[in-house]
Amino acid sequence: MAEAVDLKAIGTRPVRPDGVEKVTGRANFGADLNLPGMLHGKILRSPHAHARIKSIDLSGALAVDGVLAAVSGKDIPGGGDLGDNVLANEKVLYHGHAVAAVAARSAFIAEQALDQIKVEYEVLNPVLSIDDAIADGATLVNESQHTNGDTSQPASNVAAVTKFERGDVEKGFADADVVVEGEYRVPTAHQGYIEPHACTATINEEGKATVWCCTQGQFDVRSMTANCLNKQVSDIRVIPSEIGGGFGGKTTIYLEPVAVKLSEISGRPVKMVMSREEVFRATGPTSATLCRAKVGAKSDGTITAATAWLAYEAGAYPGAPVGPGCMSVLAPYDLENFRIEGRDVLVNKPKVAAYRAPGAPQSMHAMECAIDDLARELDMDPLDLRLKNAADEGTVAPYGPQYPAIGLRACLEAAKVHPNYTTPPAEGQGRGVAVGFWFNIGMQSSAEIRIAENGAVTIMEGSPDIGGSRASMCLMAAETLGIPYENINAHVGDTEATGYCNTTGGSRTTFATGMAVIEACEDIIAQCKERAALTWELDVDQVDWEDGQAVPKPGVNADVKPLSLADIARSAGRTGGPLLGRASLNAQGPGASFSVNWTDVEVDHETGKVDVKAFTGVQDAGRAIHPSYVEGQMQGGAVQGLGWALNEEYIYDADGVMENAGFLDYRVPVTSDMPMIDTQIVEVPNPSHPYGVRGVGETPIVAPLAATSNAVRDALGFRINDLPLSPPRVLAAIDDNE
Amino acid sequence: MGDYAYAAPATVDSTVELLSSSASSGTRTQVLAGGTDVLVQMRSIDRGPRLIVDVKQLAETNVLSIGEDEIYIGAAIASAILNENAELKSKLPGLIESADLIGSTQIQGRATIGGNLCNSSPAGDTIPALIANSAVCHIVGADGERDVPVEDFVTGVGTNCMADHEFLLGLRVPAPKGNTGDAYLRFIPRTEMDIAVAGAGVRVTLDDSGTCTAARVGIGAVAPTPLLVPEAGDALIGTQVDEEALNAAAAACSAAASPITDKRGTVEYRIKVVGVLCKRAGAIARDRAKAR
Repeated sequence: MAEAVDLKAIGTRPVRPDGVEKVTGRANFGADLNLPGMLHGKILRSPHAHARIKSIDLSGALAVDGVLAAVSGKDIPGGGDLGDNVLANEKVLYHGHAVAAVAARSAFIAEQALDQIKVEYEVLNPVLSIDDAIADGATLVNESQHTNGDTSQPASNVAAVTKFERGDVEKGFADADVVVEGEYRVPTAHQGYIEPHACTATINEEGKATVWCCTQGQFDVRSMTANCLNKQVSDIRVIPSEIGGGFGGKTTIYLEPVAVKLSEISGRPVKMVMSREEVFRATGPTSATLCRAKVGAKSDGTITAATAWLAYEAGAYPGAPVGPGCMSVLAPYDLENFRIEGRDVLVNKPKVAAYRAPGAPQSMHAMECAIDDLARELDMDPLDLRLKNAADEGTVAPYGPQYPAIGLRACLEAAKVHPNYTTPPAEGQGRGVAVGFWFNIGMQSSAEIRIAENGAVTIMEGSPDIGGSRASMCLMAAETLGIPYENINAHVGDTEATGYCNTTGGSRTTFATGMAVIEACEDIIAQCKERAALTWELDVDQVDWEDGQAVPKPGVNADVKPLSLADIARSAGRTGGPLLGRASLNAQGPGASFSVNWTDVEVDHETGKVDVKAFTGVQDAGRAIHPSYVEGQMQGGAVQGLGWALNEEYIYDADGVMENAGFLDYRVPVTSDMPMIDTQIVEVPNPSHPYGVRGVGETPIVAPLAATSNAVRDALGFRINDLPLSPPRVLAAIDDNE
Repeated sequence: MGDYAYAAPATVDSTVELLSSSASSGTRTQVLAGGTDVLVQMRSIDRGPRLIVDVKQLAETNVLSIGEDEIYIGAAIASAILNENAELKSKLPGLIESADLIGSTQIQGRATIGGNLCNSSPAGDTIPALIANSAVCHIVGADGERDVPVEDFVTGVGTNCMADHEFLLGLRVPAPKGNTGDAYLRFIPRTEMDIAVAGAGVRVTLDDSGTCTAARVGIGAVAPTPLLVPEAGDALIGTQVDEEALNAAAAACSAAASPITDKRGTVEYRIKVVGVLCKRAGAIARDRAKAR
């Protein structure tokens, strides 16, 4: 690992390479591509939350003047659940489930033509909550779904049960002086990305398709689209646009196979753009959850046992993030006795997708509320209680691995002396504390470094930039090569232009793709040393690379001037050809990132409105490559977490129709709702990364939910277990309490 | 969007003629001032074809006069213009605040009080403030001109008393005399860019001893139409507009409310909060009246 001393580029805050294009409106997003002869595709969606499809007749739509193609579920032959979600086959499983699609000369004609498609349904009872789904005799979302695939048991809406256990929980609780427990509900929340899903597809007579779309992972779009259409990945080229927000929601596909199929039938390019309403009704939010947490401790604060029972709504197909919820729920604590049980529960709602630290905010909301109650029972400072039980280097995490160096203790200690913490909340306000965690991932990345004739550096990599990662790549390259940041540009290539990269997600890009960039730079340095050695007629091991230039090693007797990258690039034709560095890897040891958040709130006792007056986040970044973007992640995650805590929720009617499918009534916070989100970066380097990087993008959304709940608890003097803490819920609780 | 036609007649007479002829021919017609509701509805709620008749080019809908007895606000005057008129803000701060609550700065460059009224939403923010201020709608149509008090204008959710051949020219607001003050408050879960869960507008006039001699209270988002609550006004008249009187007015507002439970709030919540808003707006109106 590189020493902390003497970093020149890393830790500075330069302008991002993609900034000018974005602020001037030149950058192209998903809906910006138009091609000659292009058609517009639109989707017919289910009016029922649960129904059997008896028949689909597309002929009426095809008869409309200007309509050139129409498709239904049978046109998407592969992909399993994913394909069935893209276009339904036997059953529609949620209101808004895609049933058919048309392509026409205008979007308006396409929309009108949808009305001419005849679908016969046999309407079924919808399953709309965890309680309904797990009740005896519940209607089955999928009649052939058995828990954990065990067909010896009856079919169930519980797709999977996960368990982690250690020690003797019953003895642990028996040894406790204080035991607290609670049941907590967190509602469905959407990522709320500003840019709706959009793509344009075209396919030629050889069956080779090109797809332009906004995505967090062009390679996954390629494989998922290929699977849905029973094609080979090599038949499809995916070109990612700039992305107007993803937060995990753009790690899957909805439109792409439909657009390719409509293009195949019509012989024209087809563009499809979702409306905001479609985004809400038919793309994956994250799970609504029902969580139970129980913690016992000695009077000195030592936790003796903890249990978590977690049930997560998966939507219409298995795959709720309950596994990560289980992994996260007790991750901050060093425990002898615990039991964690998770359930992946099918309901007739959209299939959930990843959302920033998928699953962790919900389970940790429950546990961090319980820990807060425990601190009150013990009359301990909530930071002290956590310090007493904090996981540290060497602790075996509840989910298995032994932690290497982690920054939880450093964050707690930084919070303890932070002026925003040592200053008590203002009169009438309440303060809440919570800890956040995300394990982060590594996985596969590739990168190429290309050196132009003038020594300018181009990084070509395959990780869509959703949080300033191109700037981070340039900074790590500048540091490694020893050249100015301004001499480097970074590009995100399409599936034919760059080596394979896993999707941008799991806070992996700056860590894993960054490692590939660093290794590719080291490859360039090795080549430069060889070229210099050749030029100077020295052995390559007599050459060093210092401050962006080749120099003879100390003690080597050579009367030569140092050769800069530009010098070597200029004469590359004479020393072996262009300079091209490359690296590909499967990155290990991503390094968990912990955070501590606290917030001060004021509650209007007559209207139930919660005003967030102050918020501070402290988080371990390992090493902040571009501190402004680390702070931006911390602030953005906090705002999303606060929005979820305060007002965001899916509201369904009794038939399973979402009533607030728009930003007017799905209330993400507006800027004036938020206080300054104060940040402090803690740096406990990740031993697995050359510069110590830990992923930082997801952890920030985790703790704000419980921090807000705990602050409202402090302000009111009693706890409201469920989120959101919307004015009607808070006022009703105040009235009930009086 | 579907096919639609657009017309911007140059005179009031030709506007009335166009509205009359399109009504008699059965053409679906919609009057547009700022368009901040109409355009959203055309894109997201009902995309069917229609004739749009733009009235913001007319001189008569752009009159803004602040007289001794009456303040006249043309139906097409953008909120941004009202918000920046210092004299208007000092005379009718509550009404102007109600307009300033609607939409972002950009939207307010187009949005109008007249349009907010004609959209006739139960939650229209300017309507309770207009009712509290005894505002009167100045309407023109094939049968000539007529005046209708704002509290009688809205007839149901999204409907009003105007015939197909009529449109709103402007609003007549009695100029405040002596120690008069108004205020409007709404409740939204956010700080801006939202729709009222409940709203209350209050106007009071005090005599030299601080006793209330006139008071009107309008409430919104708690019934199919915005309402005048005479009992709330009566509860303030003859008092010092103190806490006891304000509580009585609040109770009258809660009693007058007949809200629904929907995605924006429950029946119980709205009944309670409309009273809270009346009480708080009443205190602001009283303090403004005293400061005159």
